[in-house]
Amino acid sequence: MIKTKIIHQPKQTLFERFYISGIIQGVWITTGHFVRNLTLHMLHRIGLFRNIPAAVTAQYPEEQKPLALRTRTRHRLTKREDGSPRCVACMMCETVCPARCIYIVAEEHPDPNIEKRPAKFDIDLGKCVYCGFCVEACPEDAIRMDTKIIDTAAYSRREMMLDINELLNPKQPIKA
Amino acid sequence: MEHIVIPAFLSLFVLVNVINLAALHTWLERKQSAVMQDRIGANRAKIFGLSLFGLFHPIADTIKMFLKEDFIPPSGNRLLHTLAPCLSMFFGLVAFAAIPFGNTIEIGGHVINLQVANLNVALLYIFAIMSMGVYGVVLAGFSSNNNYSLIGGLRASSQMISYEIALGLTVMGLVLIYGTIDLQKMVHAQGNYWFGWLPAWGVFLQPLGLFLFLAAGLAETKRTPYDVPEGESEIVGYFVEYSGMKFGMFFFADYLETILIASLTTTLFFGGWQVPWLQADGFHFPWGGGMLLSSFTVSLLQVASFSVKVLFFCWLFMTVRWTLPRFRYDQLINFGWKILFPLSILNLFVTAIVVLVFKL
Repeated sequence: MIKTKIIHQPKQTLFERFYISGIIQGVWITTGHFVRNLTLHMLHRIGLFRNIPAAVTAQYPEEQKPLALRTRTRHRLTKREDGSPRCVACMMCETVCPARCIYIVAEEHPDPNIEKRPAKFDIDLGKCVYCGFCVEACPEDAIRMDTKIIDTAAYSRREMMLDINELLNPKQPIKA
Repeated sequence: MEHIVIPAFLSLFVLVNVINLAALHTWLERKQSAVMQDRIGANRAKIFGLSLFGLFHPIADTIKMFLKEDFIPPSGNRLLHTLAPCLSMFFGLVAFAAIPFGNTIEIGGHVINLQVANLNVALLYIFAIMSMGVYGVVLAGFSSNNNYSLIGGLRASSQMISYEIALGLTVMGLVLIYGTIDLQKMVHAQGNYWFGWLPAWGVFLQPLGLFLFLAAGLAETKRTPYDVPEGESEIVGYFVEYSGMKFGMFFFADYLETILIASLTTTLFFGGWQVPWLQADGFHFPWGGGMLLSSFTVSLLQVASFSVKVLFFCWLFMTVRWTLPRFRYDQLINFGWKILFPLSILNLFVTAIVVLVFKL
């Protein structure tokens, strides 16, 4: 025997069925928001109460909502003290990448203590799924996803390819 | 010469004001809904870096509307398809001719009646024109040769019929009380006072009538609580097949009707251009004292009073539109025939008895 719970809708009184009280309550709420926000907007114009927001909107291209610390954002390659990339072109990230969006061409490093370095290091943001596996896989802490850049918009797929220069010198993100 | 220039100027004045107010409604719609919902609203259209609270958006919208492709469905009726938005807008505009927006103003020795057409059947005229407005909608639905737009058109006509009866019966109560259907005379009658201080506005005589009039009048505008002809979520509506400025004209006609209902509510229930305690020579406050004003100032104050009231009702209708959910089709027809219609008959009946007992 399955136990069922029958929920009885409360019967509406005649007064409620006219909806007039409901309509007035609804209009009261929206009017309250209207008056409050309009007053705040006007006070903001003359420079008062700037700390109380009149709207929840973030004007996105100009301002960005603060991101959580662990948010995975656009990749960057970290540098050694001399400014050259820390990457040793071990191909770990390229291998682990589920979207196969990393393309590395390795070359001999002039320093005999370091085996290889990337001649080319491209990431196709059009393919990247922002899983962060490349960061996890890297043995050298050479790739990170902490630039706080979240937009990938471009006019063509070609422009979504990031080469090693862009990865080493990421642009400044929009200030929160 | 004089009887051509003055009406021409008056009609131009009303036309410019009404069209500008309707264009401002697109701005009001966006901004007010945004402020009500804790948003900011359209503010990106800028001229020389000046956004001016998004006031350039109506201009940008108009430019966009005019530049878009004007598509007429190949299987539709070309003539009727073009005629429909023009009819909608035409009937929306000409109704304003009979709305008195002021008493009289004296300029250079001429006494000008501030009403474009001084009709003695102004109320009948406005109701006739409002009913004609549905022709544009029905024609749009019919001439597009599209099932959805046809459904929209039919819904619009059934809605109009259902609500116009309640609207007309509600107004009959006021006609009984004032004994006239001349709007200017009605407004004059609302310039009296009860107990020496309470303005004899229609709202105090017919509170139920005001409620019924607002409920039925909002249905006339085809906007959200009653947006069954459009029904954006189900049948995009009678203007599915319209694009560019023709679609814009339907939109515009909706706003014109909103303003018309606001003006009518003001005129019938809120004393039209009457300012409380303002006589022809200045203020006479019931608690004594007063302020003498020139007749020109009084006229301007009366026009301003009318404008403020109309703007308030535009705001109220916008608030209602952005607060209430929409009716389903059967709910809408039930509401019109089973609630508004009996209530308006009751209102008329009680009013008739009261008028009979107390005035005769």
